Amino acid sequence: MRNPLSDKVINIKPSGIRKFFDLVQEMPDAISLGVGEPDFDTPWHVREEGIYSLEKGRTFYTSNAGLMDLRIAICNYLNRRFNLTYDPKSEVCVTVGGSEGIDIALRAMINPGDEVIIPEPCYVSYLPCVELTDGVPVTIELQEKNAFKLTAEELEAAITDKTKILILSYPNNPTGAVMTEEDLKPIAELVQKYDLFVISDEIYAELTYLEKHASIASLPGMRDRTVVINGFSKAFAMTGWRLGYAVGPELIVRQMTKIHQFCIMAAPTTSQYAGVEALNNGEEDAAMMRESYDQRRHYLLGRFKEMGLSCFEPHGAFYMFPCIKEFGMTSEEFASALLKAEEVAIVPGTAFGNCGEGFLRVSYAYSIEELKVAMERIERFITKLRREQR
Amino acid sequence: MRNEILRMLENNSKIDLHDVALMLGTDETVVLGEIEKLEKEGIICGYPTLINWDKTDIDKVSALIEVHVTPQRGSGYEKLAERITNYPEVRAIYLMSGAYDFAVFLEGKTLKEVSMFVTTRLSTLDDVAGTTTHFILKKYKDHGMILIDKPVSERMKVTP
Repeated sequence: MRNPLSDKVINIKPSGIRKFFDLVQEMPDAISLGVGEPDFDTPWHVREEGIYSLEKGRTFYTSNAGLMDLRIAICNYLNRRFNLTYDPKSEVCVTVGGSEGIDIALRAMINPGDEVIIPEPCYVSYLPCVELTDGVPVTIELQEKNAFKLTAEELEAAITDKTKILILSYPNNPTGAVMTEEDLKPIAELVQKYDLFVISDEIYAELTYLEKHASIASLPGMRDRTVVINGFSKAFAMTGWRLGYAVGPELIVRQMTKIHQFCIMAAPTTSQYAGVEALNNGEEDAAMMRESYDQRRHYLLGRFKEMGLSCFEPHGAFYMFPCIKEFGMTSEEFASALLKAEEVAIVPGTAFGNCGEGFLRVSYAYSIEELKVAMERIERFITKLRREQR
Repeated sequence: MRNEILRMLENNSKIDLHDVALMLGTDETVVLGEIEKLEKEGIICGYPTLINWDKTDIDKVSALIEVHVTPQRGSGYEKLAERITNYPEVRAIYLMSGAYDFAVFLEGKTLKEVSMFVTTRLSTLDDVAGTTTHFILKKYKDHGMILIDKPVSERMKVTP
């Protein structure tokens, strides 16, 4: 039999998370701080709307771009919250989670050989999605000393005459870094100077704790150069509903919708009806969850300080990115040893790019009670490590 | 900070004050001072524990009594309400809008005890024009806490 597989797919590196996932599976009693999704249930009124839609027999496909009511709700929400203006008729595509949005945006924009700049550490799908489209990923290693923000110098150094797209992802998974409007301005200037485009993954936009989220698409001259990816998973605790959206200039969104139409048809109808309810009546839920995440963020910052573990202060998302370089172990070694010794699962920073070496991604999408136990165990673990090293 | 402390305590009055301080990015003494102030101002009225008695071997009967009142000139509802609050059997009393005046939540050991209380104590008060007794059959949620068992979370341990 011939090899049934594509060389391109074979050559894509499996997700670093996967390896760790398998390790954790063998320890069913381990406490995990490894999850990249909210611990809240979807607000009941949102779930109920999904249930009503089923009861009423709304079980057919929607239009490819999504229910008109949902697209209108999305545009109103983005305008209200982030000062973005899009036309629901032609500039919105409702997708199966933010992940699909990233994929179809790349597929709609990349020609073979185009370079795509990916600042790392970052979410795991950008790089493989670029490779699948025959684009060339060019990574930038973000620095802790810059609070993991992308600087104009770093960006300009990575730009070549083949560069076409910059992927921005703030608030960031896994670092929790946020870029303010001031931080984004010099980036936007370079994007225009070199005639680039931006895919801005803003899935954590609702989760900023010190400053309001700023979208690069709202800066002068950037609207027509930016595709904004967002969704319901993080803002409204709806990961399992698989519902997201992409907005951008009609020129790009029309082609994205074409790919979406052939590969997906339409996002799940039940989820779309629930999504309308979330956007129109869910802002209080989002605020309640934000307050709770912020308390946990403070709690972990305080606990890390008490145990003397170096960690920069994240301003967004629900992750901490503490530095473990003092122990002279790789992130993977540290995470495995911690799992074995104290049964606490934390994802090594290297799962999000090579420059995640020396860091861990600690998710605080857990109750304070769970975090408390985990922190006690981590404290015991590093106290022992330090004693042994002395 | 005040309101955040209140929301935390409302969900868990046993919460560790050191944890509260960390969560709010402040010192334990500041939190303690704020709580003492809240207690003094009568904003925090107590720290009772929510118990699901159904799961114990102690039998309890609870009832909601609708009370119709003919209020007296001058004292209005307050005087009567005050009298009713003094009975230890009364767990809660609210002044209501709508079809009746007071909602009184009673707790007793037996059905008979509760009925006796209504007929001999409540109904005989001056100003009480009539009562309707509803026995509570099952509590599903109380004080914001769900009392029925929730399914175990199926969230995966590690996701990107």
